Amino acid sequence: MKFQSQSAAMPYFIFALALFVGQIVFGLIIGLQYVVGDFLFPEIPFNVARMVHTNLLIVWLLFGFMGAAYYLVPEEAETELYSTKLAWVLFWVFAAAGTLTIIGYLAVPYATLADITGNGLLPTMGREFLEMPTITKVGIVVVALGFLFNIGMTMLRGRKTVINIVLMTGLLGLALFFLFSFYNPHNLALDKFFWWWVVHLWVEGVWELIMGAILAFVLIKVTGVDREVIEKWLYIIIAMALITGIIGTGHHFFWIGPPEYWHYLGSIFSALEPIPFFMMTVFAFNMVSRRRREHPNRAATLWALGCAVMAFLGAGVWGFLHTLAPVNYYTHGTQITAAHGHMAFYGAYVMIVITIISYAMPIMRGRPNGNSRQAQTVEMWSFWLMTIAMVFITLFLTAAGILQVWMQRVPESGQALSFMATQDNIALFYWLREISGVIFFIGLLTYIASFFVKGDAVEVAE
Amino acid sequence: MNKSVVGQKRLPGDLAIWIFILAELTVFAALFIVFSVSKSLNVEMFAEGQATLHPLMGLINTLSLITSSFFVAKSVLFASQGQLAKSAQWVWIGIATASIYIVTKFIEYQSLMALGYNLRTNIFYTLYFFITFFHFMHVLMGIVILIVVANKARKGGYESDITGVETGASYWHMVDMVWVVLFPLIYVIK
Repeated sequence: MKFQSQSAAMPYFIFALALFVGQIVFGLIIGLQYVVGDFLFPEIPFNVARMVHTNLLIVWLLFGFMGAAYYLVPEEAETELYSTKLAWVLFWVFAAAGTLTIIGYLAVPYATLADITGNGLLPTMGREFLEMPTITKVGIVVVALGFLFNIGMTMLRGRKTVINIVLMTGLLGLALFFLFSFYNPHNLALDKFFWWWVVHLWVEGVWELIMGAILAFVLIKVTGVDREVIEKWLYIIIAMALITGIIGTGHHFFWIGPPEYWHYLGSIFSALEPIPFFMMTVFAFNMVSRRRREHPNRAATLWALGCAVMAFLGAGVWGFLHTLAPVNYYTHGTQITAAHGHMAFYGAYVMIVITIISYAMPIMRGRPNGNSRQAQTVEMWSFWLMTIAMVFITLFLTAAGILQVWMQRVPESGQALSFMATQDNIALFYWLREISGVIFFIGLLTYIASFFVKGDAVEVAE
Repeated sequence: MNKSVVGQKRLPGDLAIWIFILAELTVFAALFIVFSVSKSLNVEMFAEGQATLHPLMGLINTLSLITSSFFVAKSVLFASQGQLAKSAQWVWIGIATASIYIVTKFIEYQSLMALGYNLRTNIFYTLYFFITFFHFMHVLMGIVILIVVANKARKGGYESDITGVETGASYWHMVDMVWVVLFPLIYVIK
């Protein structure tokens, strides 16, 4: 570790992984509830468990991004973090707020939670992925401001690199677009329209900048390729991500009320959204094949390459599958969306956070050359278990989705099967998905276990 | 070390800009295909819409962009001969020529909008306004790139390596090439 203050990333990474485990536990619960409807009813109803599953994902990724920033910004800027104390204070604030929110979800009915948190004063609750109480949202804004201040001051004090600037732009955008979660118009079409400004412009806009920056940082470290080369790629990747991603928001505007021209703009631009992900894949493999050194942390390199490939498949290919308006007319809101959501989030954002954890954590734990060979072997096992399980989850959900479209959407009205009758017909695929989910969970536990595997320290082969 | 050598086969400019150019061309190709398909599905609407456009202004813009591209090509030539001050000068002349396009495009938009046409009128105007404005944004971006190149050239930044000049020029040629396809497709072909 070059700077002592980089270790501020440690609590963020550890907490992120703890929440990740929670997310998957609740994923398994709702996966089972798909086929065993009254499982854990009335203690944990489906809607609550789903909310916990999705919100935990978002929150742990935010922890991961913050940890990544605390680790890489000082190293890039070549200066200590502006305030380690602030990073720690914000960690506890964010962790407490997140934990209390999840407890609130599980302990009391959602309506009661809304009441006791004063949602009536500024109603923002009740919208998918943004279910957290208004006070939690305010807490997120406070944490984000403090975080951006801390990171920003560090950047201003030190060397200004492209990676830092791109990362900072992404993080600023993340904070900025989150503000739309406070805008809650009565008109449902308007509400949905601006809701996508948070959801879409996060995952298909500014988060891609964060992902690109982290990937570029890790690739510089593990390949030793010139910074100039990697920065150039980063520039064109983020330019393409923004060109396609911003207007690509239109693929959410097809059926919610905005003007018809969104059918064209949304279809064309989102059809091109795979391009930046494809460039990321070419970029990652290109840099690794041009590597100037064999970095002993092979697990981190594996995660980086896997991240690029899975992001292209999940976000790029599976997104394209149902993004054209004439196709989406039939597939909207089916299991095809769920298939895309799972692989895209895993490939792009889960894997990029694990990539930086895999690279940075051993260094912070005093192993500059990465974990021991034995620990890395376990970690690579977890990579394959989780990744292959996720591929199967995606394939089974895609199969379920295609059947669903076929039985429920394509037939003329009157001949189409009802929603519930369709669900019965695709139950087999939900079972298969649940089994894949269990394997994913085993992979995750293997990953956690890899942190505790001892073994011989790695020597650098020069 | 990277000076242009006539007759030698190599990629002018940076590889990264070529990947970007190809990606950009893909975007425009998609837009042109959508325009053509929509046109074949709405023949009358597109003929009526086309009749309201100003082909003369389109022609002026074509000439402005092609001429500007020529001047920028001249600047690359000077840069390869090591005459960086002259190179910067020609980039500025290229930028000045391209500003004719910006002024004309503004007048064109204004006159159409004064007649009540906008993005929402029908598919023809949706695509017309969107595609031309999207191209317009690329002209602005190209100009920004050229300004950076001109400034760096004036300060003698390309003495040992003119890749930067070639990179800017390559992007700029892409912008005018797209217009050369766009102009007949949207303004001229009946």
